[in-house]
Formats: sequence, C-alpha cells, structure tokens
Amino acid sequence: MSSLHLKKKTSMNWIFEPWPWYVAGPLIALIMFLLLFVDKQFGMSSNLRTMCTIGGAGKKADFFAFDWKSQRWNLVVVLGAIIGGFLGAHVLTNDPSVAINPDTIATLEGLGFENAGATYLPEQLFGLEAFSSIKSLLILLGGGLLIGFGSRYAGGCTSGHAISGLSNLQLPSLIAVIGFFIGGLVMIHLLFPLIF
Amino acid sequence: MYKSEAASWFRIYEMFQFQSFHMYGIIGSALFLGVLGVWLIKKNNVKSFYGEPIKFTPKDKSFSRYMYGGIIFGLGWALAGSCPGPIYTLIGAGYVSILLVLVGALGGTFVYGLIRKKLPH
Repeated sequence: MSSLHLKKKTSMNWIFEPWPWYVAGPLIALIMFLLLFVDKQFGMSSNLRTMCTIGGAGKKADFFAFDWKSQRWNLVVVLGAIIGGFLGAHVLTNDPSVAINPDTIATLEGLGFENAGATYLPEQLFGLEAFSSIKSLLILLGGGLLIGFGSRYAGGCTSGHAISGLSNLQLPSLIAVIGFFIGGLVMIHLLFPLIF
Repeated sequence: MYKSEAASWFRIYEMFQFQSFHMYGIIGSALFLGVLGVWLIKKNNVKSFYGEPIKFTPKDKSFSRYMYGGIIFGLGWALAGSCPGPIYTLIGAGYVSILLVLVGALGGTFVYGLIRKKLPH
C-alpha cells in the first residue's frame, strides 16, 4: 500500500491530477482529425437523433426516417466516451474535487450551493436525491430538453459547431457559438438567481 | 473530457462567469490546432486513410436556426452543465442522475423532429 502510494506520488503523479487545458484541447483536435481521416465529421449531438431513430421515432416524424446504421460509427464514439469516463473517474483519479476560482465558489454559495468544487458535480443537483426532489428532476430533465432541442435546431453542439465548424471557418458555426454564449450567459446571470 | 474537468458542471458555470481561463484554453487550443490543420489539409490536398480527398461539408447558410437554436442550446448547456459529449463521459463515470439529462435531451431532439417544419430555419 505505502509503496504503491509512493510510486504514484513520484513517477506517474501527473496522470492522476486534473489535466491542464493544453493537454485536453490538443486531444480534442486530435479526435477531430482522426475522424476526418476516416471520412467522418466530429459531432456528438447527432447521436441523439440516431438513438431516437433506433427507438422508432421514424414512424412519428420523417426527420428520424433515415438509415441509422450509417451512423453506427458515431455510436462507437459514444461507447468510447463512456469507457473514457469510467477510466478517467475510477482508474485515473484519486481526488475528484474541482479547483474552481474562489470567487466562483463564493458566488455559488450565495445561490445555496454548499462546498462548491469539493465534488465533481454539485451534489444537490446530481446526487441520488435528484430522483426524489421535484426541483432537481425538473432542472436535469429541462436542461436536457433544451440541449437536445437546441443542438438539433442549430444543427450541432459544442463539438459540431465550436470545434468542427469553426475549424473550417464556417460563418453559421460562429453564429451558433455566439448563440450558445448568449444562452449560457442569460441562464447563469439572469435565470440562476430565479431558479436557485 | 473527465480528466480535463470539461465534464464538470462547476467548470461550465465558472466559464460563463469568466472567472477562469481553463475552458477557454481547452476550446481555444483545440480550435487553433483545428483551424491550422484544416488549412493544411486543404492546402496540400491531404488524402484520408482510404485514399480519398478529405471532404468538408459547408453548413447551410442561414441566420435564424443557428441563433435561435444556439441560444436554446446555451440555456441547457449552462443549466445542466453538460453538452452532448460529456453526458456520455459522466454516464461512464457512474453518475446515475445524468441519465435524466440524457432522457431530456432525447426528448428535446424528438420534439424538434416533430415540429421542425413549423420553425424558422
């Protein structure tokens, strides 16, 4: 136990720490280029449409009537993200706390979030009590609804527009990303004080 | 995604408060390399692994769908603190409650499919 601990502390310590932006950003670009090199486009929200189609939504709206098997590769990316999340959280992390700005912690405390950053996600929203609290339930379902509706309406999300689209200097993607930020800023600065 | 904390609700909140460079560094460095790489691919007609020229599909020209859809997405991104990619990362990490966000997102996609012809695009 102590020798293993020591080993972690000395040689491989960095991998158990949060990875800095200059590691994560280039890795995201690498994923986009790997997909480009196999004639695919990086975009995660398309999978939601594919899953609706698999669930039989093609009978209700022709938007979902397409051959979902052509999108199987993207579901493999989903599987990869799930495996990556498992490894990242359970194998490569000792301490899941998130070192956010002390000012952010203070603002969140003002909204009623205790110990902000001490866990990976806020307990009061994502703890298992979320299933018994009507408010948490509505926030998570409602947030998801906006994500799903908005990303399909805009034709992409953070990966499809902010990374793929902007890399290809697409004006529509710039409009969408400006929209993402208008929505995000309105939510956090105007609506959060009403919700929390 | 997990290890960079880009899947953390707290990081998304902090980003929209402009109180950390972290998320902007991630998106910015990915974008810098993305723009550079796409430019190099186009300039040199780089072929894919299958020997075909790499295709870039231009997005359809429009304003309303990108702005309205973008704002709606942004509201959800900030509220649930997660975009479509990290939803799966968090499922893998074992957060059961994120399944509610996934169910909501599938519902939102479905509703869009039902009413899209009535929306300005």
